[in-house]
Amino acid sequence: MDKFSVYSARLVEKGEYFAPGHRACQGCAEALAVRLVMKALGRDTIVAMATGCMEIVSSPLPTTAWEVPWIHVAFENASAVITGCESGMKAMMRKGKLLPKKINFVAMGGDGATADIGMGQLSGALERGHDFIYVCYDNEAYMNTGIQRSSATPWGASTTTSPAGKLSKGQRTQKKDLPKIAIAHNIPYVATACPSFPFDLMEKVKKAAAIEGPAYLHILSVCPTGWRIPSEEAIRYGRLAVNTCVFPLYEYEYGKYRLTYRPDPVLPVREYIEGQGRFRHLTPEDIEAIQERTTAEYEKLVKLSEEG
Amino acid sequence: MPKERRGIEVSLAVAEAVGQADCDVIAAYPITPQTHIVEHLAEMVADGHLDAEFVPVESEHSAMSVCCGAAAVGARTFTSTSSQGLALMAEIFFIASAMRLPVVMALANRSLSAPLSIWNDHTDTMMVRDGGWIHVFVENGQEAYDHVFWAFRVAEDPAVRLPVAINIDGFILTHMIEPIEFEDDELIKRYIPEYKLENALHPEKPVSMGCFGMPEIYTETQMAREKALVGSYVTCLKAWEEWAALTGRRYHPVETYRAEDAEYCIVTMGSLGETAMVAVDELREQGEKVGAIKIRLWRPFPFEDLYRAAEGKAALIVLDRAISFGGPGGPVALEVRSAMYRRPQAPAVVNYVAGLASRDVRVEDFKAIILGGKAKAAAGDTAGFTLYGVRE
Repeated sequence: MDKFSVYSARLVEKGEYFAPGHRACQGCAEALAVRLVMKALGRDTIVAMATGCMEIVSSPLPTTAWEVPWIHVAFENASAVITGCESGMKAMMRKGKLLPKKINFVAMGGDGATADIGMGQLSGALERGHDFIYVCYDNEAYMNTGIQRSSATPWGASTTTSPAGKLSKGQRTQKKDLPKIAIAHNIPYVATACPSFPFDLMEKVKKAAAIEGPAYLHILSVCPTGWRIPSEEAIRYGRLAVNTCVFPLYEYEYGKYRLTYRPDPVLPVREYIEGQGRFRHLTPEDIEAIQERTTAEYEKLVKLSEEG
Repeated sequence: MPKERRGIEVSLAVAEAVGQADCDVIAAYPITPQTHIVEHLAEMVADGHLDAEFVPVESEHSAMSVCCGAAAVGARTFTSTSSQGLALMAEIFFIASAMRLPVVMALANRSLSAPLSIWNDHTDTMMVRDGGWIHVFVENGQEAYDHVFWAFRVAEDPAVRLPVAINIDGFILTHMIEPIEFEDDELIKRYIPEYKLENALHPEKPVSMGCFGMPEIYTETQMAREKALVGSYVTCLKAWEEWAALTGRRYHPVETYRAEDAEYCIVTMGSLGETAMVAVDELREQGEKVGAIKIRLWRPFPFEDLYRAAEGKAALIVLDRAISFGGPGGPVALEVRSAMYRRPQAPAVVNYVAGLASRDVRVEDFKAIILGGKAKAAAGDTAGFTLYGVRE
C-alpha cells in the first residue's frame, strides 16, 4: 500500500507509540500530531525531544507516554542529540558492535525550540547531512511557559510578551518561514502538515522516513489554550488554517515544490481569525492586511508548485 | 624492561589514546588550545586509522549534545574543549552527568574572557566544578596519555556511569613534545573491554531518558547523583591499581613529594606540580623542611587521602590558578580549608593565586610563595588569598 498515495483508515497502523495517559490539555492538536507521526514511523524509531509542552506532558517521572526509545536533554539541542544517536549507532553497526537495523532517527521540538533557541543546532544538523527527520510542532508561541511570543508567532497575535494594547497590535513581526529556511539547506525533503489532515500528514512522515538524509516537517499544531478557542475546536481551526491558505500544505522533494492540497474554494482569512481570542483585537483593516499577505504568499507557492 | 618512548606532542598522544580506546563518536568544535587533539583525531579517521564517526559540529553546546546522544545509544564517546567552549557547553555539561552518560572529555584548561586570553589557568574548569563529573588533573604527557584509558574505564564502569573530564593544562602541557611510553592495543583492549550500555536507546527495548521531574522526585534524583559520584572513588582507585599492574605506572588521588617529615607543604593541581617539586628540592638544600602535595582527583574530592598527606604539617600553602571572585579564597584553598576545618591539629591553610593566563610560575616564584606562606602561617595571617606577583 505504501506505493499509493491513498490512505484508508483501516490500513493505518493500529499500534500506538505515543501512548494514552499523557497530560496534554484537552483538545491539544500537538498531542494528536505526535500520535499520528508516531503511527506513521512505527516502532523502529528513536526520538530526541526538545524541552517544551510535549516533553513535559509526556514524561513526568516515573511515567512515560513513549513506547519507543526517547531522550530529552535540553531545549535547544534535540537536533544535535539525535545526530549523536544516529552517529553512534552508525559507527557501532559498521564496526559490528551492534546488529544492523533500519532505524528512524527523529528530533522533535516546538516553534520556540526550532525557530528561536535551536535554530543554529537545527541548521548544523541539516547541513551535516545526518539521516534524520526533524519535526517542528508549531503552535505559534511558547505555550509551555505561558503563551509568550516566538519568532513563529503570526503578525497581530496577542501573547503575554506581545500583548495587544493601546499602542500595540500584538506580535509586530511576520511569522518566520521555517520550511523555507530548511529548504535553503538544500536537503532532500521538506513538508508542511496539519493533524486536521491526518492522511496527508502520515504520508509525508513516511516519505521523510524513507528518504535518505535530512528531512524537515513543519506541523501546524493548534493550541486551544494559547489561541483562546474552545478545546473541541482544534481540528476545525486546523482545517480553517489550511482552507484559508494561512497554512498551505505542500512538500519540497529533491528541489521540486508540490502543493499536496488545494482548497476549493479558498475561504476568506476572516473565517480563520474570527473566534480566536488571540486575534480578537484586530480591526477589519488589520484582517484585510493579513488577507492580502496570505493571498500573495499562497500565489507564490502555487507558482513554485507549477514550476515543479 | 622499560618500553620504548616516543617523542610526541601531548595533544597528539591524547588523540592516539582515544584511537587506541576504539572510540565510536568524536564531536569536535575548534577552540585553542585543544585544537590539536581533535585535528589529529580527524586525520586518524580520514586515514582509516580510527573507525569512528567524526562529527564536526557548529558549537561546543552541540558537541556535548552530540556526545549525550551518542553515549545514550551506547557508543564510546569523546570530545575536547577549553575555556569559552566549556562555558558554552556548560548547560549540557551538567545534564550529561545528571543523565549518567559516560562521556570522556579532554579539557585543555584555559582562562576565561575578558580580556580575551587563550592561555592556561584553571578558571574554566572551576566554573563547572559542581557539574557532577569526575575530574582528574594530569601533570605531564605520560599522565595525559594514560588517563584517557583510565577515564573510559571509570566512566563506563556499570557502578559509575558518569562522565570524566581529564584536565590538561593548555599549551603548558598540550603543546609540549614529551617522551611518552605507548602501550600496545592488546593491553588497552584488556584494560577497557568493549563497552555495553544497559538500557541504551534501542527499539528492541524502549526506555525514556531525561524525563521531567516533579519536586517530589527531584531531591531523590540529586541524592542518587551525589552517591554515584562519591561512590566512584573506589572505581577510580581500582582502575589506577589495574593500570599499575599492567604498565607499572602508579597513580593516587593525592600524591606527595618529600612530604613525610615536612612542616610546610605546597599544594598544587596540574602541571605546575613538577616545578613545585624542583622548588621543594632547592628549599630542602637550604634546610627548609618543605614538601609538595598534588591533588590528582578533584572530584570526587579525596578527603581521606588529603588528611593523610596533611597530617602533622604546620601549614598547607595552596596555589590556586583561578579566583572565586568576592569569596574567601581560590577554589582549591576553599576545598582544603573546609576539609581541614575542625580536624585535630589541623594545619593552617594559606592561599596564593598565581599563574593566571599562563603567567610564569618559576622555581623562584614557588620558593617565594612557600616561604611567604610559611611567614603568613607563623603570623596567623591565613584569611583570604594573595594574588602573587600582581603589579600595582
